[in-house]
Amino acid sequence: MRPFLYERADSPERAVKAGGQFIAGGTTMTDLMKLDVMRPEKLVDINPLTHSRAGQIEVTDNGIRFGALVRMAQAEAHPTVRSSYPVIADSLKLAASQQIRTMASLAGNVLQRTRCEYFREVSWPCNKRVPGSGCSAIGGVNRQHAVLGTSGDCIASYPGDFAQALIALDAIVETTGGTKGLRLIPFAELHRPPGNTPHIETVLEPGELITAIQVPAGPWTRRSRYLKIRDRDSYAFALSSAAVALDMDGDTVRQARIALGGIASVPWRAMEAEAALRGKRLDEASATAAAEAALAGAKPQEHNAFKVPLAKQTLIRALLETQRMEI
Amino acid sequence: MTNDEKGALNRRGFLGVSAGGAALPLVAGAVAASAPVQAQVPAPDARTAVNVTLSVNGRNHRLAIDGRTSLLDTLRDHVGLTGTKKGCDHGQCGACTVLINGTPALSCMTFGVMAEGVEVTTVEGLAGPNGELHPMQQAFIDHDAFQCGYCTPGQILSAIGCVNEGHAETDAGIRDYMSGNLCRCAAYPNIVAAVKQAKSDMRGA
Repeated sequence: MRPFLYERADSPERAVKAGGQFIAGGTTMTDLMKLDVMRPEKLVDINPLTHSRAGQIEVTDNGIRFGALVRMAQAEAHPTVRSSYPVIADSLKLAASQQIRTMASLAGNVLQRTRCEYFREVSWPCNKRVPGSGCSAIGGVNRQHAVLGTSGDCIASYPGDFAQALIALDAIVETTGGTKGLRLIPFAELHRPPGNTPHIETVLEPGELITAIQVPAGPWTRRSRYLKIRDRDSYAFALSSAAVALDMDGDTVRQARIALGGIASVPWRAMEAEAALRGKRLDEASATAAAEAALAGAKPQEHNAFKVPLAKQTLIRALLETQRMEI
Repeated sequence: MTNDEKGALNRRGFLGVSAGGAALPLVAGAVAASAPVQAQVPAPDARTAVNVTLSVNGRNHRLAIDGRTSLLDTLRDHVGLTGTKKGCDHGQCGACTVLINGTPALSCMTFGVMAEGVEVTTVEGLAGPNGELHPMQQAFIDHDAFQCGYCTPGQILSAIGCVNEGHAETDAGIRDYMSGNLCRCAAYPNIVAAVKQAKSDMRGA
């Protein structure tokens, strides 16, 4: 591993002033530094912020605010998260091993890097790692890669689960340290699709620090769930997943909020599927129509075409199971 | 005293800890006295060892380590506790599991310098003062919950977290909670049986 300077910061201001790569749980950073994929010259340890507001969960009538340093296991066990925002609790609980969920911060989780093996192994060309070097996954082994939101320069999939719940619920990210000072970023705008700059993954500026994630309350949060399909029953990344939140009037959909994981380059809100369900009676036929709409733009590669029908089935099942939830 | 001499003293200090397996007492004055010396250093240098005090199994260890040293390597190579095992070194196998403030965590996925101010428990810290085994250790023996034993320290620490956090009520709950601890010998049925026995024993303890 390349050498780095180490500094500990006990306030957001000091963390920003320290000017380095932030590290919290370390579950992404240590992994990618050992692989020589990430090469920070300076690590700024922000774990001391855990003892401030950045380590707390605050519940109000308007929603819930997660401090950036709240750990995944802490959020999934929170009684209000479990009862009123089950899609969040599910997405966290299904995300990783117990040890990783105990360590990983919520803000670090949403910023985790892709699991594309060509990104993680430095001997391959990779536009995300070395801009302009090419994409080895296009034409390579691409079973785990994305079918939505890809470009001719990158087909890596976004690996996380929690982000799907956040984008479906219109979460907002609080940051500090950017050129505009404190700012609020709609979660849907945080991640950038790869386009021809796959190495720029978010709209965060260098040195900008996420301090909290806000999730607004709404009539859809209680009837919500996260369905994750993977190669083994526990501790694996999603082949496909669906975050669904429903506001129902009997069997009729007032509003559906849908996000898909494991199949897209960024956290993926399925607006077309939501539009297809609005005002409709929710049953297998309408759920199927919504799933078709969600995947209409899919561009499968050589080894991942199976993800298109898998993602449709995942969404259909998630919609019907969410409809049947007792709340 | 120059900064180099101070660094040499620190290195001798931690070698002494490693060789003897004993902890140096904390000397608050030495820490305070070094602050002005560090303030005179013009530019930070990544080659400089980082001073850190770790609390492991209830004892403080004052170390000077390369910032790149994982907590796992810190425990094994600098504190001298080799019960914690290195498997994949990438957070995928769970062999390096320790308790941090009582909760299972991966010692390969954090740096030693980041572990200041927390309480680390390794498998060496589980037995009682007279060497009597922790109920979970005894249960693993009783149920033959291992073959080669390499994953066992991590399994035992995860299992203790599983019971303490209330996830050992069902076989499925145990298997899910402990899915981050891989066993190449596939002793899983016996591990689940051991956790269930220890759950009762730990309640009685």
